[in-house]
Amino acid sequence: MSATLQDGYGGYLVLLAIAALAHEPWRWLGFVLGRNLSADGEVFLWVRAVATALVAGLVMKLLVFPAGTLTQVPSLVRAAALSGGLVMFVMGRQSLALGVAGGSILLALLEVARSGGFLALLW
Amino acid sequence: MTVSENAPPGAPAAVETSAALAPAWSHDATQATALWHGVVVMFSTPGCVLFLTALGFGTLVRDAGMTLGHALFLSLVMYALPAQVMVVDQLQRGATLLAVALAVTLTAVRLLPMTVSLQPYIRRRGGSPLMQFAAVHFVAITAWIEGNRRLPYLREDLRLAHFLGIGLGMVGATATGSAVGFVMAAHMPLTMQAALLFMTPTYFLLSTIAAATHRRDWMAIALGAGLAPLVYVWMPEADLLVAGLVGGTVAYAAGRTAA
Repeated sequence: MSATLQDGYGGYLVLLAIAALAHEPWRWLGFVLGRNLSADGEVFLWVRAVATALVAGLVMKLLVFPAGTLTQVPSLVRAAALSGGLVMFVMGRQSLALGVAGGSILLALLEVARSGGFLALLW
Repeated sequence: MTVSENAPPGAPAAVETSAALAPAWSHDATQATALWHGVVVMFSTPGCVLFLTALGFGTLVRDAGMTLGHALFLSLVMYALPAQVMVVDQLQRGATLLAVALAVTLTAVRLLPMTVSLQPYIRRRGGSPLMQFAAVHFVAITAWIEGNRRLPYLREDLRLAHFLGIGLGMVGATATGSAVGFVMAAHMPLTMQAALLFMTPTYFLLSTIAAATHRRDWMAIALGAGLAPLVYVWMPEADLLVAGLVGGTVAYAAGRTAA
Protein backbone atom coordinates (compact mmCIF):
# COMPACT_ATOMS: atom_id res chain seq x y z
CA MET A 1 0.00 0.00 0.00
CA SER A 2 1.38 3.34 -0.90
CA ALA A 3 -0.23 6.68 -0.21
CA THR A 4 2.27 8.94 -1.90
CA LEU A 5 3.52 6.87 -4.82
CA GLN A 6 1.84 4.47 -7.21
CA ASP A 7 2.06 0.77 -6.52
CA GLY A 8 4.01 -1.55 -8.77
CA TYR A 9 6.29 -0.41 -11.58
CA GLY A 10 4.72 3.04 -11.82
CA GLY A 11 6.23 4.30 -8.57
CA TYR A 12 9.67 2.94 -9.43
CA LEU A 13 9.54 4.56 -12.85
CA VAL A 14 8.79 7.94 -11.27
CA LEU A 15 11.75 7.56 -8.89
CA LEU A 16 14.02 6.38 -11.71
CA ALA A 17 12.97 9.30 -13.90
CA ILE A 18 13.70 11.82 -11.14
CA ALA A 19 17.10 10.21 -10.49
CA ALA A 20 18.10 9.93 -14.14
CA LEU A 21 16.80 13.32 -15.30
CA ALA A 22 17.29 15.56 -12.27
CA HIS A 23 20.06 14.02 -10.20
CA GLU A 24 22.57 11.86 -12.11
CA PRO A 25 23.26 14.28 -15.03
CA TRP A 26 25.31 16.53 -12.72
CA ARG A 27 27.68 13.66 -12.03
CA TRP A 28 27.86 12.82 -15.76
CA LEU A 29 28.56 16.45 -16.59
CA GLY A 30 31.34 16.53 -14.00
CA PHE A 31 32.83 13.45 -15.66
CA VAL A 32 32.63 14.96 -19.15
CA LEU A 33 34.03 18.35 -18.11
CA GLY A 34 36.68 16.45 -16.21
CA ARG A 35 40.04 18.13 -16.23
CA ASN A 36 39.06 21.02 -18.40
CA LEU A 37 37.45 22.79 -15.47
CA SER A 38 38.96 23.98 -12.27
CA ALA A 39 36.96 22.96 -9.23
CA ASP A 40 37.92 26.30 -7.70
CA GLY A 41 36.31 28.42 -10.43
CA GLU A 42 33.93 31.24 -9.55
CA VAL A 43 30.89 29.38 -10.93
CA PHE A 44 31.61 26.45 -8.65
CA LEU A 45 31.96 28.67 -5.61
CA TRP A 46 28.47 29.96 -6.35
CA VAL A 47 27.13 26.44 -6.96
CA ARG A 48 28.60 25.31 -3.68
CA ALA A 49 27.06 28.26 -1.83
CA VAL A 50 23.62 27.56 -3.36
CA ALA A 51 23.83 23.85 -2.50
CA THR A 52 24.95 24.65 1.04
CA ALA A 53 22.10 27.13 1.57
CA LEU A 54 19.64 24.63 0.09
CA VAL A 55 20.71 21.79 2.37
CA ALA A 56 20.62 24.14 5.39
CA GLY A 57 17.12 25.15 4.28
CA LEU A 58 16.05 21.52 3.93
CA VAL A 59 17.30 20.86 7.47
CA MET A 60 15.27 23.73 8.89
CA LYS A 61 12.18 22.71 6.94
CA LEU A 62 12.44 19.13 8.24
CA LEU A 63 12.87 20.40 11.80
CA VAL A 64 10.56 23.42 11.94
CA PHE A 65 7.77 22.08 9.73
CA PRO A 66 8.19 18.29 9.76
CA ALA A 67 5.75 16.24 7.71
CA GLY A 68 5.26 12.96 9.55
CA THR A 69 5.85 11.43 12.96
CA LEU A 70 8.13 14.28 14.01
CA THR A 71 5.07 16.57 14.14
CA GLN A 72 4.14 14.79 17.37
CA VAL A 73 7.31 16.09 19.01
CA PRO A 74 6.77 19.68 20.21
CA SER A 75 8.88 22.26 18.41
CA LEU A 76 10.53 23.29 21.66
CA VAL A 77 11.83 19.74 22.17
CA ARG A 78 13.09 19.63 18.57
CA ALA A 79 14.91 22.93 19.05
CA ALA A 80 16.42 21.79 22.35
CA ALA A 81 17.62 18.49 20.86
CA LEU A 82 19.17 20.23 17.85
CA SER A 83 20.96 22.72 20.12
CA GLY A 84 22.16 19.85 22.31
CA GLY A 85 23.46 17.96 19.27
CA LEU A 86 25.26 21.09 18.06
CA VAL A 87 26.89 21.64 21.46
CA MET A 88 28.02 17.99 21.64
CA PHE A 89 29.37 18.24 18.08
CA VAL A 90 31.39 21.35 18.92
CA MET A 91 32.56 20.11 22.34
CA GLY A 92 33.53 16.76 20.79
CA ARG A 93 35.94 18.39 18.31
CA GLN A 94 33.43 18.32 15.45
CA SER A 95 32.54 14.68 15.96
CA LEU A 96 29.63 13.90 13.64
CA ALA A 97 28.88 10.64 15.42
CA LEU A 98 28.63 12.36 18.80
CA GLY A 99 26.50 15.23 17.49
CA VAL A 100 24.09 13.08 15.49
CA ALA A 101 23.63 10.29 18.04
CA GLY A 102 23.68 12.72 20.97
CA GLY A 103 21.00 14.98 19.50
CA SER A 104 18.69 12.03 18.81
CA ILE A 105 19.19 10.47 22.23
CA LEU A 106 18.46 13.85 23.81
CA LEU A 107 15.25 14.09 21.76
CA ALA A 108 14.16 10.63 22.91
CA LEU A 109 14.99 11.37 26.57
CA LEU A 110 13.12 14.68 26.49
CA GLU A 111 10.11 12.98 24.93
CA VAL A 112 10.14 10.22 27.51
CA ALA A 113 10.43 12.73 30.33
CA ARG A 114 7.59 14.76 28.83
CA SER A 115 5.21 11.83 28.38
CA GLY A 116 5.87 10.57 31.89
CA GLY A 117 8.50 8.07 32.83
CA PHE A 118 11.00 5.75 31.28
CA LEU A 119 8.51 2.86 31.07
CA ALA A 120 7.14 4.53 27.95
CA LEU A 121 10.45 3.86 26.23
CA LEU A 122 9.80 0.14 26.41
CA TRP A 123 6.37 0.39 24.94
CA MET B 1 44.71 21.93 -10.57
CA THR B 2 44.39 22.16 -6.85
CA VAL B 3 41.61 20.81 -4.72
CA SER B 4 42.24 23.19 -1.85
CA GLU B 5 38.90 25.00 -1.93
CA ASN B 6 36.81 21.86 -1.84
CA ALA B 7 39.14 19.58 0.05
CA PRO B 8 38.26 18.68 3.63
CA PRO B 9 40.62 19.91 6.28
CA GLY B 10 43.70 17.76 6.51
CA ALA B 11 43.68 16.60 2.89
CA PRO B 12 46.86 17.30 0.97
CA ALA B 13 46.63 19.99 -1.66
CA ALA B 14 48.83 18.24 -4.18
CA VAL B 15 47.92 15.14 -6.16
CA GLU B 16 51.39 13.58 -6.03
CA THR B 17 51.72 10.34 -4.13
CA SER B 18 53.83 10.37 -1.06
CA ALA B 19 55.19 6.82 -0.82
CA ALA B 20 56.09 7.27 2.83
CA LEU B 21 52.46 8.04 3.72
CA ALA B 22 50.94 5.17 1.72
CA PRO B 23 49.02 2.68 3.90
CA ALA B 24 50.90 -0.55 4.60
CA TRP B 25 48.41 -2.73 2.71
CA SER B 26 49.01 -0.83 -0.52
CA HIS B 27 52.71 -1.64 -0.92
CA ASP B 28 52.15 -4.80 -2.93
CA ALA B 29 48.40 -4.54 -3.43
CA THR B 30 46.50 -5.85 -6.44
CA GLN B 31 43.37 -4.20 -7.89
CA ALA B 32 41.23 -6.62 -5.88
CA THR B 33 42.97 -5.77 -2.60
CA ALA B 34 42.60 -2.04 -3.29
CA LEU B 35 38.89 -2.57 -3.98
CA TRP B 36 38.42 -4.60 -0.82
CA HIS B 37 40.26 -2.09 1.37
CA GLY B 38 37.88 0.51 -0.10
CA VAL B 39 34.78 -1.51 0.75
CA VAL B 40 35.76 -1.85 4.43
CA VAL B 41 35.92 1.95 4.75
CA MET B 42 32.16 1.56 5.35
CA PHE B 43 33.04 0.40 8.87
CA SER B 44 34.92 3.62 9.64
CA THR B 45 33.24 6.40 11.65
CA PRO B 46 31.93 8.25 8.56
CA GLY B 47 30.49 4.96 7.27
CA CYS B 48 28.77 4.31 10.59
CA VAL B 49 27.34 7.83 10.69
CA LEU B 50 26.07 7.33 7.15
CA PHE B 51 24.43 4.08 8.27
CA LEU B 52 22.75 5.87 11.22
CA THR B 53 21.49 8.60 8.92
CA ALA B 54 20.17 5.99 6.49
CA LEU B 55 18.23 4.44 9.39
CA GLY B 56 16.43 7.77 9.66
CA PHE B 57 15.81 7.78 5.92
CA GLY B 58 14.30 4.28 6.04
CA THR B 59 12.01 5.40 8.86
CA LEU B 60 11.01 8.45 6.84
CA VAL B 61 10.13 6.30 3.82
CA ARG B 62 7.74 4.22 5.92
CA ASP B 63 6.40 7.37 7.57
CA ALA B 64 5.57 8.74 4.11
CA GLY B 65 3.63 5.60 3.19
CA MET B 66 6.13 4.27 0.69
CA THR B 67 7.57 0.75 0.51
CA LEU B 68 10.83 -1.00 1.47
CA GLY B 69 11.49 -1.45 -2.24
CA HIS B 70 11.24 2.32 -2.75
CA ALA B 71 13.73 2.92 0.08
CA LEU B 72 16.25 0.48 -1.41
CA PHE B 73 15.70 1.65 -4.98
CA LEU B 74 16.28 5.31 -4.08
CA SER B 75 19.44 4.39 -2.15
CA LEU B 76 20.82 2.55 -5.19
CA VAL B 77 19.84 4.84 -8.09
CA MET B 78 20.35 8.17 -6.30
CA TYR B 79 22.81 7.45 -3.54
CA ALA B 80 22.85 10.94 -2.03
CA LEU B 81 20.79 11.21 1.14
CA PRO B 82 19.80 14.90 0.84
CA ALA B 83 18.18 14.20 -2.54
CA GLN B 84 16.60 10.97 -1.28
CA VAL B 85 15.12 12.76 1.73
CA MET B 86 13.98 15.60 -0.52
CA VAL B 87 12.08 13.21 -2.82
CA VAL B 88 10.32 11.41 0.00
CA ASP B 89 9.57 14.56 1.99
CA GLN B 90 8.22 16.45 -1.03
CA LEU B 91 6.07 13.50 -2.17
CA GLN B 92 4.77 13.15 1.40
CA ARG B 93 3.68 16.79 1.30
CA GLY B 94 1.94 16.22 -2.01
CA ALA B 95 4.30 18.33 -4.14
CA THR B 96 4.05 18.10 -7.93
CA LEU B 97 6.65 15.97 -9.71
CA LEU B 98 8.06 19.08 -11.36
CA ALA B 99 8.64 20.70 -7.96
CA VAL B 100 10.25 17.50 -6.70
CA ALA B 101 12.56 17.31 -9.72
CA LEU B 102 13.56 20.97 -9.38
CA ALA B 103 14.39 20.66 -5.69
CA VAL B 104 16.34 17.44 -6.33
CA THR B 105 18.31 19.01 -9.14
CA LEU B 106 19.27 21.95 -6.92
CA THR B 107 20.65 19.60 -4.26
CA ALA B 108 22.50 17.69 -7.01
CA VAL B 109 24.28 20.61 -8.73
CA ARG B 110 26.92 20.48 -6.01
CA LEU B 111 27.87 17.01 -7.30
CA LEU B 112 29.27 18.60 -10.48
CA PRO B 113 32.23 20.43 -8.89
CA MET B 114 32.72 17.52 -6.49
CA THR B 115 32.99 15.11 -9.45
CA VAL B 116 35.34 17.44 -11.29
CA SER B 117 37.64 17.79 -8.30
CA LEU B 118 37.92 14.01 -7.97
CA GLN B 119 38.81 13.41 -11.64
CA PRO B 120 42.60 13.84 -11.26
CA TYR B 121 42.60 10.87 -8.89
CA ILE B 122 40.48 8.48 -10.94
CA ARG B 123 41.38 9.38 -14.53
CA ARG B 124 44.49 7.64 -15.78
CA ARG B 125 45.84 6.83 -19.21
CA GLY B 126 45.16 3.15 -19.85
CA GLY B 127 42.47 2.93 -17.17
CA SER B 128 39.05 1.52 -18.03
CA PRO B 129 36.78 4.37 -19.22
CA LEU B 130 33.73 2.34 -18.21
CA MET B 131 34.98 1.93 -14.64
CA GLN B 132 35.96 5.61 -14.50
CA PHE B 133 32.44 6.51 -15.57
CA ALA B 134 30.92 4.08 -13.06
CA ALA B 135 32.93 5.76 -10.29
CA VAL B 136 31.11 9.09 -10.65
CA HIS B 137 27.88 7.52 -9.37
CA PHE B 138 29.57 7.28 -5.97
CA VAL B 139 30.28 10.99 -5.75
CA ALA B 140 28.27 12.02 -2.69
CA ILE B 141 29.52 13.75 0.42
CA THR B 142 30.75 10.75 2.48
CA ALA B 143 32.52 8.81 -0.28
CA TRP B 144 33.89 12.06 -1.70
CA ILE B 145 35.47 13.14 1.59
CA GLU B 146 36.94 9.66 2.15
CA GLY B 147 38.23 9.58 -1.44
CA ASN B 148 39.89 12.97 -1.07
CA ARG B 149 41.41 11.88 2.21
CA ARG B 150 42.76 8.50 1.08
CA LEU B 151 43.41 8.50 -2.68
CA PRO B 152 46.34 10.97 -2.72
CA TYR B 153 48.43 8.56 -0.65
CA LEU B 154 47.85 5.59 -2.95
CA ARG B 155 49.75 4.42 -6.00
CA GLU B 156 48.06 5.87 -9.07
CA ASP B 157 47.08 2.49 -10.49
CA LEU B 158 45.22 1.56 -7.29
CA ARG B 159 43.16 4.73 -6.88
CA LEU B 160 40.23 3.93 -9.18
CA ALA B 161 39.73 0.45 -7.70
CA HIS B 162 39.99 1.84 -4.18
CA PHE B 163 37.43 4.56 -4.85
CA LEU B 164 35.05 2.05 -6.47
CA GLY B 165 35.40 -0.01 -3.30
CA ILE B 166 34.68 3.00 -1.06
CA GLY B 167 31.62 3.83 -3.19
CA LEU B 168 30.27 0.27 -3.18
CA GLY B 169 30.73 0.06 0.58
CA MET B 170 28.99 3.39 1.18
CA VAL B 171 26.07 2.48 -1.11
CA GLY B 172 25.90 -0.79 0.82
CA ALA B 173 25.83 1.10 4.13
CA THR B 174 23.09 3.42 2.83
CA ALA B 175 20.95 0.61 1.42
CA THR B 176 21.37 -1.58 4.52
CA GLY B 177 20.64 1.35 6.85
CA SER B 178 17.51 2.29 4.87
CA ALA B 179 16.21 -1.27 4.96
CA VAL B 180 16.94 -1.72 8.67
CA GLY B 181 15.36 1.66 9.48
CA PHE B 182 12.27 0.81 7.42
CA VAL B 183 11.80 -2.57 9.11
CA MET B 184 12.62 -1.30 12.60
CA ALA B 185 10.16 1.58 12.31
CA ALA B 186 7.22 -0.84 12.36
CA HIS B 187 8.32 -2.33 15.67
CA MET B 188 9.38 0.80 17.48
CA PRO B 189 7.53 3.15 19.80
CA LEU B 190 6.83 6.57 18.31
CA THR B 191 9.53 8.18 20.45
CA MET B 192 12.24 5.99 18.93
CA GLN B 193 10.91 6.60 15.41
CA ALA B 194 11.05 10.33 16.06
CA ALA B 195 14.63 10.01 17.32
CA LEU B 196 15.64 8.14 14.14
CA LEU B 197 13.87 10.65 11.89
CA PHE B 198 15.68 13.40 13.75
CA MET B 199 19.13 12.01 12.89
CA THR B 200 18.91 12.78 9.18
CA PRO B 201 18.51 16.57 9.36
CA THR B 202 21.00 16.79 12.24
CA TYR B 203 23.56 14.91 10.15
CA PHE B 204 23.02 17.18 7.14
CA LEU B 205 23.45 20.29 9.26
CA LEU B 206 26.53 19.07 11.12
CA SER B 207 28.27 17.71 8.02
CA THR B 208 27.60 21.00 6.23
CA ILE B 209 29.13 22.85 9.19
CA ALA B 210 32.09 20.43 9.25
CA ALA B 211 32.75 21.10 5.56
CA ALA B 212 32.55 24.89 5.91
CA THR B 213 35.92 26.50 5.31
CA HIS B 214 35.13 30.06 4.23
CA ARG B 215 32.83 32.82 5.49
CA ARG B 216 30.82 32.26 2.31
CA ASP B 217 29.97 28.75 3.57
CA TRP B 218 28.94 30.05 6.98
CA MET B 219 26.73 32.74 5.45
CA ALA B 220 25.14 30.18 3.12
CA ILE B 221 24.29 27.95 6.08
CA ALA B 222 22.85 30.83 8.12
CA LEU B 223 20.89 32.37 5.24
CA GLY B 224 19.53 29.03 3.96
CA ALA B 225 18.49 27.99 7.45
CA GLY B 226 16.92 31.37 8.17
CA LEU B 227 15.15 31.87 4.85
CA ALA B 228 13.61 28.41 4.36
CA PRO B 229 11.11 28.49 7.26
CA LEU B 230 10.13 32.10 6.45
CA VAL B 231 9.57 31.42 2.77
CA TYR B 232 7.76 28.15 3.57
CA VAL B 233 5.02 30.07 5.37
CA TRP B 234 4.66 32.40 2.42
CA MET B 235 5.01 30.01 -0.56
CA PRO B 236 5.48 26.39 0.53
CA GLU B 237 6.02 25.07 -3.01
CA ALA B 238 9.14 27.13 -3.67
CA ASP B 239 10.64 27.59 -0.22
CA LEU B 240 13.80 25.57 -0.80
CA LEU B 241 14.42 26.94 -4.27
CA VAL B 242 14.21 30.49 -2.92
CA ALA B 243 16.25 29.72 0.21
CA GLY B 244 18.94 27.98 -1.88
CA LEU B 245 19.15 30.43 -4.76
CA VAL B 246 18.74 33.67 -2.78
CA GLY B 247 20.68 32.54 0.29
CA GLY B 248 23.48 30.98 -1.77
CA THR B 249 23.80 33.92 -4.14
CA VAL B 250 23.89 36.49 -1.33
CA ALA B 251 26.48 34.37 0.52
CA TYR B 252 28.57 34.07 -2.65
CA ALA B 253 28.41 37.82 -3.32
CA ALA B 254 29.28 38.64 0.28
CA GLY B 255 32.20 36.21 0.14
CA ARG B 256 33.51 37.96 -2.96
CA THR B 257 33.30 41.47 -1.59
CA ALA B 258 34.93 40.36 1.64
CA ALA B 259 37.84 38.72 -0.17
